[in-house]
Amino acid sequence: MTIQESKKLWIGLGVGLFWFLLLLWPLTGIEPDGLHFAGTWAIFAKVALAALVIVIVYQLQQSGKLDMVGVPLGKARDAVRKGYEVAPTWALLVVVLGAALIYPQFAGRYGNDVAISVLIYICLGLGLNIVVGLAGLLDLGYIAFYGVGAYTYALLSMHFGMSFWLCLPVAALLAAVAGCIIGYPTLRMRGDYLAIVTLGFGEIVRLILNNWMALTNGPNGILSIPRPELFGFQFASLSSLYYVILGIAVFTVLAVYRLNYSRIGRAWEAIREDETAAELMGVNTFLLKLLAYAMGATFAGLAGAFFAARMRFVGPESFTFLESAMVLAMVVLGGMGSIPGVILGVLALVALPELFRGFELYRMFVFGGVMCTMMLIRPAGLWPAKRVGRRSEEME
Amino acid sequence: MVQDRQPILEMKNVVSAYGRIKALKGISLTVYDGEIVTIIGANGAGKSTTLMTICNVIRAVEGDIMYKGERINDVASDVLPTMGLCQVPEGRRIFPRLTVTENLDMGAFFRKDTAGIKEDMERVYELFPKLRERRRQLGGTLSGGEQQMLAMGRALMSRPKVLLLDEPSMGLAPLLVQQIFDIVKMINGQGVTVVLVEQNANLALQCASRGYVLETGSVVMEDEASALLTNPDIRKAYLGE
Repeated sequence: MTIQESKKLWIGLGVGLFWFLLLLWPLTGIEPDGLHFAGTWAIFAKVALAALVIVIVYQLQQSGKLDMVGVPLGKARDAVRKGYEVAPTWALLVVVLGAALIYPQFAGRYGNDVAISVLIYICLGLGLNIVVGLAGLLDLGYIAFYGVGAYTYALLSMHFGMSFWLCLPVAALLAAVAGCIIGYPTLRMRGDYLAIVTLGFGEIVRLILNNWMALTNGPNGILSIPRPELFGFQFASLSSLYYVILGIAVFTVLAVYRLNYSRIGRAWEAIREDETAAELMGVNTFLLKLLAYAMGATFAGLAGAFFAARMRFVGPESFTFLESAMVLAMVVLGGMGSIPGVILGVLALVALPELFRGFELYRMFVFGGVMCTMMLIRPAGLWPAKRVGRRSEEME
Repeated sequence: MVQDRQPILEMKNVVSAYGRIKALKGISLTVYDGEIVTIIGANGAGKSTTLMTICNVIRAVEGDIMYKGERINDVASDVLPTMGLCQVPEGRRIFPRLTVTENLDMGAFFRKDTAGIKEDMERVYELFPKLRERRRQLGGTLSGGEQQMLAMGRALMSRPKVLLLDEPSMGLAPLLVQQIFDIVKMINGQGVTVVLVEQNANLALQCASRGYVLETGSVVMEDEASALLTNPDIRKAYLGE
């Protein structure tokens, strides 16, 4: 490392710490009874010390003084990567699926609960991935379709006693229809305008759920929704419910994978890349965008129906804008257009806050920090869509 | 002699507008089967707008656009390629994050004949050997000249009868420009009618059989290309003399 680089590093550290102090003092030092400094300095000293240690370690590593630790580590990482590249994809899938299948045997109630919400969000994330990642349409009201799915199952089972398995396709279909209804007027817009309109539609759906007392029971929600049942077996325990949503998630992954590598998937990507050019190549952009919307909504509908069955309660406050934003963050963080990426993104955003429970008050603060760091280190996502020559090779 | 032939593409008094600003103020032009027609003019004369209006990306407010004797004003943009009318838009507009092969495949999107598509892909690769070398690369990683080749190859994948080329020489090195024009002639030799919009008036007129000169949305002159090349006004305005 040259003197210049080293100088830049230390100046960066100084400026960063000063900036941190500027933010920290107003938050900790200004109180109703006057200004305080002691608390601020105590926190600042700890953070500054940590930053100093990190920079020194970094500089030692750059200058090669840590080679006796770093080189073997790097070798080990390369070996793992090589092993991953050599191993056939199906073997990896078998390992992952196997682990997913035996998971409930080892996890407790809490573990199962987290796993179920991870799997629900995987369905949502992959569905939104079709709309945002493949077709390139920014949708900020995606959670509305999740709500449509959830209320479909809730209402049909309460009023008509329909079984969960029958309601599942109905919920998916109704969500897709809702997707078309919302998509038809909005998809004439592009980019930022589309984002704002979808945001509006998402809110409209939530407000309808909140105010249509006669049908949805308004803010009180719908209570004691029946659990799924198959040939007399009640899916009452969390671990049995886990298998239901695992099945739905696996179906979603397979379906999205097939779509991803189909002719339609490529047309979606072409639309994302350049809508006018796609149109000039004979792609019916409007129809395909509507299809992307409907397909995305379908998976949200499936997840929604399960959500209603799992919670045994649905209320409008489960379908707020924040939920849409979280699902979108999962897709972006994981890597748009990449199936393993979206799954990793979901794991990161659902599992990490659970891991950080130990930080108590600072949980969300740490969570935000981790999100910023991840986007700085991996701006294309945790597992970016890697598809150079993928489909072309298959053709040859 | 040309007038005896059937026009394959015709614009009759076409007016089109961006909002309230008229970009084309009643354009009429005729393209006969098998020829190369060039449209030249300065920046903002309406050259690209003319092609975009033919393809119905911009709607014609007035006038008729005829293709093979049919009025195509109301035919959607994505249907025109299936009828044999394909455009290579200005600035290439390839799909940057699709591979070269996938870009070419998109050109044949509406076609169902797998064997024919494969055959055409082979033909495109023979026409542009550089693309074969780079077939697994992402379109966005190609150089400007290669991207232009890719855009033309993509359009050829739709087996066009009429190819609308918008400024194929834009931003390319002189040697490459010559190469692109040679290929345009070659494509034309295979029976494809070409409408060529160009700023490089000199090369375009050498390559074309007839030319139209556009100025602020109107056709100010139309003639045989060779006559335009020797016309003193044109030489002064567009050929830098």
